[in-house]
Amino acid sequence: MDNRTRTLELEIMRYDPEKDKEPWFKSYTVPCLEDWVILDAINYVKENLDTTLAYRWSCHMMVCGSCGMMVNGEPVLTCKTFIRELPDKVRIEPLENFPIERDLVVVLDDVVQKLHKVQPYIIRKDPPPPEDKEYIQSKAQLAIFKQLTMCINCMCCYAACPQYGLDNSFIGPAALALAHRYNRDNRDQGIHDRLDILGEHDGVWECSFVGACSEVCPKHVDPAAAIQQMKVDAAMEFWKQKMGLVEGKS
Amino acid sequence: MSRQPYVRPISTTTWYMRNGRYKVYVLRELTSFLVAFYSVLTILALAALADSPEHWNAWIASQQTTGMVIFHALALLYFLFFQTFPWFKLAPKAMPVQLGEKKLPDSAIVIGHYVVWVVVTLFIFWLAGVF
Repeated sequence: MDNRTRTLELEIMRYDPEKDKEPWFKSYTVPCLEDWVILDAINYVKENLDTTLAYRWSCHMMVCGSCGMMVNGEPVLTCKTFIRELPDKVRIEPLENFPIERDLVVVLDDVVQKLHKVQPYIIRKDPPPPEDKEYIQSKAQLAIFKQLTMCINCMCCYAACPQYGLDNSFIGPAALALAHRYNRDNRDQGIHDRLDILGEHDGVWECSFVGACSEVCPKHVDPAAAIQQMKVDAAMEFWKQKMGLVEGKS
Repeated sequence: MSRQPYVRPISTTTWYMRNGRYKVYVLRELTSFLVAFYSVLTILALAALADSPEHWNAWIASQQTTGMVIFHALALLYFLFFQTFPWFKLAPKAMPVQLGEKKLPDSAIVIGHYVVWVVVTLFIFWLAGVF
């Protein structure tokens, strides 16, 4: 064994749908290296202490977005959370506000549906450009929404959002930020279609600007900002439709 | 293998006790009733002003009791800490300013709000004959 410099006590939430009525905590003592992230410690448990532990991870470098978990009550990417920033006792739970499939694995079906619902693709009303031409986008036009393209769907924002926790009909932070990303894209012409969906009760107006989504976002996407800007857009759209300036969906 | 996802219960009355971020939010939202109260007070003042000089002077006198002076002082502090500061801080999120490829720094937007606030306040003081 190399020079393990620190011993961490991991309290990990366990749930086996075939045996357990409800989740429970199991403690593991893990000898860690000082430069480890929490994901390394969980991998150590899986490889050396308990092979039955179920959790998601893939890239270990903040790209795939699959290792989001609650670490001491905060939704984080475990590959980005260094043990040197944590106390000796660490509690690990599956992301809040989602049903638990098994151990640290949550059911994300609801969010996948919501991502689909906001029509996250370029919608064109005009005919597409000829085959030998492409849609032109300047650097300045890209800069308007580039931050919003950084989302890796880790769903930490949903785990942080009390509004989604209390009523999961809310479309929620990541899906709304994605909608805003397309609304702000100069190649897109689907903003009126999208605002009809986003302006409904489970859309932007369900957000009461707690701002937790933006604070926990590991990629600094700032969904809270996107949602507030869409509230302005949705209000403008409402009045434009009232005044007959644009056609509404009937 | 059967699927039986477990849904963790969330208390609808104490959910905000989970972390400090939620507590600050709930404090901001709960205390907003004072905003409504202050609005009513302002409408009463305007009504008195529109009615007659006697009514207006009586209203002014009613606000100069020790209790009301303390209330106004607390209300001012409340507005600063729970409404003005947080909302000005959040303003750049709702109204970002894009200049070509760069965004105007958030601090510039926040400072802009404070400048407008001071100018409007001074204008109202001037209207009210303070200077």
